[in-house]
Amino acid sequence: MPAVTETREAVEKLGLSSYKWGFETDIDMDVAPKGLNEDIVRLISARKEEPEWMLEWRLAAFRSWLQMKEPEWAKVSHPPIDYQDAHYYAAPKKKPGPKSLEEVDPELLRTYEKLGIPLHEQAMLAGVEVPEGEQARMPVAVDAVFDSVSVVTTFRKTLEEAGVIFCPISEAIKEHPELVKKYLGTVVPVGDNFFSALNSAVFTDGSFVYVPEGVRCPMELSTYFRINSRNTGQFERTLIIVEDRASVSYLEGCTAPMRDENQLHAAVVELVAMEDASIKYSTVQNWYPGDENGRGGIYNFVTKRGACRGARSKISWTQVETGSAITWKYPSCILQGEGSVGEFYSVAVTNNHQQADTGTKMIHIGKNTRSTIIAKTISAGNSDSTYRGLVRVQPKASGARNFTQCDSLLIGDQCGAHTVPYIECRNAQARIEHEATTSKISEDQLFYCRQRGLSEEDSVGLIVNGFCRDVLKELPMEFAVEAQKLLQISLEGSVG
Amino acid sequence: MSQFLDISGLNARIDADGQEKEILRGVDLVIPPGEVHAIMGPNGSGKSTLSYVLAGREDYEVTSGSVSFQGKDLLEMEPEERAAAGLFLAFQSPVELPGVNNANFLRTAVNAVRRARGQEELDAVNFLKTVRAAAKELGMSPDMLKRNVNVGFSGGEKKRNEVLQMTLLQPSFAILDETDSGLDVDALRIVAEGVKRLRSPQFSALVITHHQRLLEYIVPDRIHVMAKGRIIHSGGPELAQQIDREGYTKFLAEAA
Repeated sequence: MPAVTETREAVEKLGLSSYKWGFETDIDMDVAPKGLNEDIVRLISARKEEPEWMLEWRLAAFRSWLQMKEPEWAKVSHPPIDYQDAHYYAAPKKKPGPKSLEEVDPELLRTYEKLGIPLHEQAMLAGVEVPEGEQARMPVAVDAVFDSVSVVTTFRKTLEEAGVIFCPISEAIKEHPELVKKYLGTVVPVGDNFFSALNSAVFTDGSFVYVPEGVRCPMELSTYFRINSRNTGQFERTLIIVEDRASVSYLEGCTAPMRDENQLHAAVVELVAMEDASIKYSTVQNWYPGDENGRGGIYNFVTKRGACRGARSKISWTQVETGSAITWKYPSCILQGEGSVGEFYSVAVTNNHQQADTGTKMIHIGKNTRSTIIAKTISAGNSDSTYRGLVRVQPKASGARNFTQCDSLLIGDQCGAHTVPYIECRNAQARIEHEATTSKISEDQLFYCRQRGLSEEDSVGLIVNGFCRDVLKELPMEFAVEAQKLLQISLEGSVG
Repeated sequence: MSQFLDISGLNARIDADGQEKEILRGVDLVIPPGEVHAIMGPNGSGKSTLSYVLAGREDYEVTSGSVSFQGKDLLEMEPEERAAAGLFLAFQSPVELPGVNNANFLRTAVNAVRRARGQEELDAVNFLKTVRAAAKELGMSPDMLKRNVNVGFSGGEKKRNEVLQMTLLQPSFAILDETDSGLDVDALRIVAEGVKRLRSPQFSALVITHHQRLLEYIVPDRIHVMAKGRIIHSGGPELAQQIDREGYTKFLAEAA
């Protein structure tokens, strides 16, 4: 595979440490005191200059969170989290308001440059020289979220001309309150679960996307999340609304510095697709996974859900999960509209002491709704990985169809892979299929590749990429290349 | 001056279910440059083990003996280093790689050895041209390049795919481990011609086979009979017919 050469180079560049995104940016921050109480919620709302209704919404969420308990059903274990021992707001010191690149702290721009995130519209639009043999980068609009706030959003003008709104959610609350009020919390209700309630109380930023009727978003939209500050949780909130016959493709990426302590990331993502609308949501999650002894790393407790409200609407989740010490995440689709379609393509890689409990929920409510689940799990080292999925067919969902395929690949003999599918079918005409396999990278495959001249690392990369191909091909081109590299880097040192 | 390939007193064993099993028991074999040698012998005589040990498979432990390949200590090298140095093994049972596109696999392999040999890598366009031409000569449909490596290939297709890889990787020494098994007459001829095209003063081969039929197409310079982990008899190409007529009994009796 062409990516293997690049992968090898990427791996070589990493030198001793295999997490190249682990650096820290030294920048003046405005940080709220540690702890979580109503005053902190008020402080966040005040810092964001939010309207009263938003504050009330947050406070209600906070009060319901106080009544809730952390879920314990996932196959993950960690010491109790002290929710009072973290900062809930951290923002680079910078004047708020409309942002242009000129106003952004150059230190921040350098950070994103190091991460390979294109924030310079100018350079990209002017068609920077493309090295021979490489494809010109498609312009991608980026919303860069640094700790608790969005620092810059690119290509807003171009998008505005097409009628697309793409801005930090904190801004949308002020500029488009009617849209936010109408949709926020309608897909993931405030009290849905412990972490969504927490997020609703203290979320600080995230992206807002609105694509009006009949508009195909002219470029890929992307949000890049970066946790930088120590002892800070990141609670972002994303809301994407796509009206009738409109479509959008949205990507998110995430990294964090290497730290000894665990940091909490509890995001909520809500998607709404109206009639004939389509949303493609891709994630390459690469939070710091902790070191090889399981010290440090991000706790990634995320609630993602999409509502296919209109007939023939479509929501497609694609995720490549390589990072985090613990991943707890089930991007779901509520298939309400007649003939609506939900898809979930997932690759989850765990190495060393990482734990992942991830999967999806497909709720078939409307007639002739269809869903596809392809989940690939790769475990190495001492890690544990679980696929947990629910397919529910409601009584009125005649003609509903689901196909699920869960494949697990084990590397070494100290790791675990588990598949926990739940199927609840209340309609006799529905058709549900489930396939599952578990395999190991065989010595035969490795030896075959090496006999053909590939190094051991490249051989593993090739075999793993082959294993994940059904999922990787769903990613937008550029992300697919990135994801292939990541897979190999994540598994570095897992064989031999 | 050392020989091109010089195997001397080679002993190797495998750990089979906790029991050490001696498979190679003092193999001596010299192959000069440009020569094709064949190894014949009963099942379980160690022919495939010899090919695995030469290619560097880690399941086998070499307990004594030496192998020098073009003046280098072959046993010290990693499998991929041996490949880069020019050693190619056509597998008896080629391995399936699900999800890995055959053309991409070939290109990755070709460029890996080219890099290691200090040659320039082939770009996608040049590579496709080369691989399509080579596949055509082996009577492979272009479709086989688009499929996943060996997945769903028939026995004959797998063997052709091995010869295709050999053609592209340009080895100086190829081991063909029962490449003729499972081939019908036509496929056998096409595969044999693929091997013959590589014959040159810079190319040597070790052909492992049960049947003399393949040796009618690829006429070897020497034939060796292997039994119980050793070479027990060596001769010219005429040995093939003799074995075909009389079997191995006579050689086995002589060796005992």
